[in-house]
Amino acid sequence: MNAPARFVTEKGQPLYGITAEFATPAAVYHAAETIRDAGYRAWDVYAPFPIHGIDEAMGIKRTKLPLIVGAAAAVGVLLGYLLQWWGSNVGYQTVVQGKPFGSVTEGGWESFVPITFEVGVLLGSFATLIGMLALNGLPRHHHPLMKKDRFLRTSDDLFMICIESKDEKFDPDRVKELLKSAGGTNLDLVEDK
Amino acid sequence: MSALHPDESTAQRLAAGALPPRGSPAPGTGDGTLIDTPGVRSPLVLNNRSFGEVTNIICGYTENPPGRWWLPVFGLTSTIAGIGTLMILYLIITGVGTWGLTNQVDWAWDITNFVFWIGIGHAGTLISAILCLFKQKWRTAVNRAAEAMTIFAVICAATYPGIHVGRAWMAWFMFPLPNANAIWPNFKSPLLWDLFAVSTYGTVSLLFWYMGMIPDLATLRDRADLRLRKFASGPVLSPLLPIRIDRIRAYAYGFLSLGWRFSSRHWHRYEAAYLMLAGMSTPLVLSVHSIVSTDFATAQLPGWHTTIFPPYFVAGAIFGGFAMVLLLLIPCRELYPNMKDFVTLRHLENMAKILLVTGMMVGFAYSMEFFIAWYGANKFEQDVFVYRATGPYWWAYWAMISCNVLSPQVFWIKALRQSPLVIFIVSVFITIGMWFERFVIIVSSLHRAWLPGEWHMFYPTLVDILIFVGTFGIFTTLFLLFLRVIPVFAMAELKAVMPQADPHGHHDDDHHHGHGEVHAPKGGH
Repeated sequence: MNAPARFVTEKGQPLYGITAEFATPAAVYHAAETIRDAGYRAWDVYAPFPIHGIDEAMGIKRTKLPLIVGAAAAVGVLLGYLLQWWGSNVGYQTVVQGKPFGSVTEGGWESFVPITFEVGVLLGSFATLIGMLALNGLPRHHHPLMKKDRFLRTSDDLFMICIESKDEKFDPDRVKELLKSAGGTNLDLVEDK
Repeated sequence: MSALHPDESTAQRLAAGALPPRGSPAPGTGDGTLIDTPGVRSPLVLNNRSFGEVTNIICGYTENPPGRWWLPVFGLTSTIAGIGTLMILYLIITGVGTWGLTNQVDWAWDITNFVFWIGIGHAGTLISAILCLFKQKWRTAVNRAAEAMTIFAVICAATYPGIHVGRAWMAWFMFPLPNANAIWPNFKSPLLWDLFAVSTYGTVSLLFWYMGMIPDLATLRDRADLRLRKFASGPVLSPLLPIRIDRIRAYAYGFLSLGWRFSSRHWHRYEAAYLMLAGMSTPLVLSVHSIVSTDFATAQLPGWHTTIFPPYFVAGAIFGGFAMVLLLLIPCRELYPNMKDFVTLRHLENMAKILLVTGMMVGFAYSMEFFIAWYGANKFEQDVFVYRATGPYWWAYWAMISCNVLSPQVFWIKALRQSPLVIFIVSVFITIGMWFERFVIIVSSLHRAWLPGEWHMFYPTLVDILIFVGTFGIFTTLFLLFLRVIPVFAMAELKAVMPQADPHGHHDDDHHHGHGEVHAPKGGH
């Protein structure tokens, strides 16, 4: 926190955001639509499972993850093929069944297909997990929300919306008003620590 | 977790308790999931469970002490695993001569067991990947356990190539690594394809399993953390080492769950990642046993040199894998009765149907092999198949036929495919039959190859037998540990397919209606 906080709590701590609780997926879904339509950007819905259609209700853009995975898989395919081509033509030439050493130009590349495929899948899979975590900003060992006991219930059966103070439109009173009108209960201030 | 502050879901749960439980058995329909009314979907979770109850039950398997059965069973399986490991050590010290291999039958139990275990390892990814792509929601109740089983089976399978090379300390020569002899492996060999396929499969299965687990591990972390915050004291490791068990759990699950915080923006990328992993795993799982089959199919040996092998092996792998899933889940259901709320009779019936289908696929392959041997008019091929059915290993062949082709036929009868006991018994037969299938393919083809002068019988030694039994010990030991430390069901996925998870069809007030009704989705999609 280099810049001075725009909002502080009564204890003088910088404010992370304001949370509200919801009891059902339907309630949080409709509240999400309300907050999306009110034009907020730095906010999130916390739910024990991916709620069907919440992406659209929140106005989340489609993730770029498929591009990362596709690129990694393509690199894997290329590396897998090169490894075999180099190993068979340059590194250690072996005549097997009188067939060509194996390359696209001189024939015999067919027997390279299985390993090429496997290496492509391998790199693609690693990129899927690592890319997903990286785009999500994980791993992360602490988060201001996790100080709140009630927040930990979102991994069980509670649904929560948090509007963050870094949002340009953030104004504590208006945010509280909005969350209440959207059906939120147990509104709470989250300190950024 | 009764000490938690009551909230609306608890109130709902109490209110729901006053109503008759929706999942209570209707007469003649088992647990109520076996009604065959078109348009009505069977409930995936029984007894009107709320989200909180699902969390409590599933986390309870790891948080509460296990039943009295656990420790003796664990002691038994880990002893068997230990004996197997000692035998592997003996083999490495002494050499592969301790196995019953001969010059002619140079692949026998080692490769039979390798193919057997790797085949079993196919069901997990099939359930998590292929059934995911087909949007089969019932998979959520069985995928975690099946994926765990996959990984443990691959561990057992991967042991064999490592030790059957003889000088196990040279096993790294299988990998394309720079070495002092400047030798690179033969990339045109199916054996090398196999190495890449199996190691990729093992790795990707582990990634898939782990990614699916991250949110559930975070739930366990949060529960341990909440208990630490709420209660001043709790069970400790030992009186001498007063570290609270919940402290260890919070750290361990906290480390493994990577700071997952159930954000919907994260869920969005998570679901995309899950779908992509499923999309990549589907061709992968089909490739693995296809490639394993090319170890045989590309050889010139009669009985091996057939083009039907890849699909035949894949069907057999799914068949054997589902049998193993059922062998594990049916006893679990009995030992933990509340698992029956998640693994319903409908789940078992669905899997029995898959056994019937894949059993007939392998039956078709067996008959097609004979047909092609006759139709191909190759004397050597014909003789190998005649020897298979009538030669010295006739009993292995007929054990395979009766276990794999005949025994699943009982599932044509509805009452039998809905009975857990019958399914369990048939699964035992199938597991035996699938082992014999690999034995028949490998040993009965090798023991009578081209020249009568090289005909030899294969007899397993004690080391052969104990290593194989030992792999069962390793497998079951790992599974028992899995039951204790990892959420056995994919909680987040399970909650997402429960009727009250639908943000359109269910509101607070109609929470207790329409479990199986078809809802027309409202709102824009």
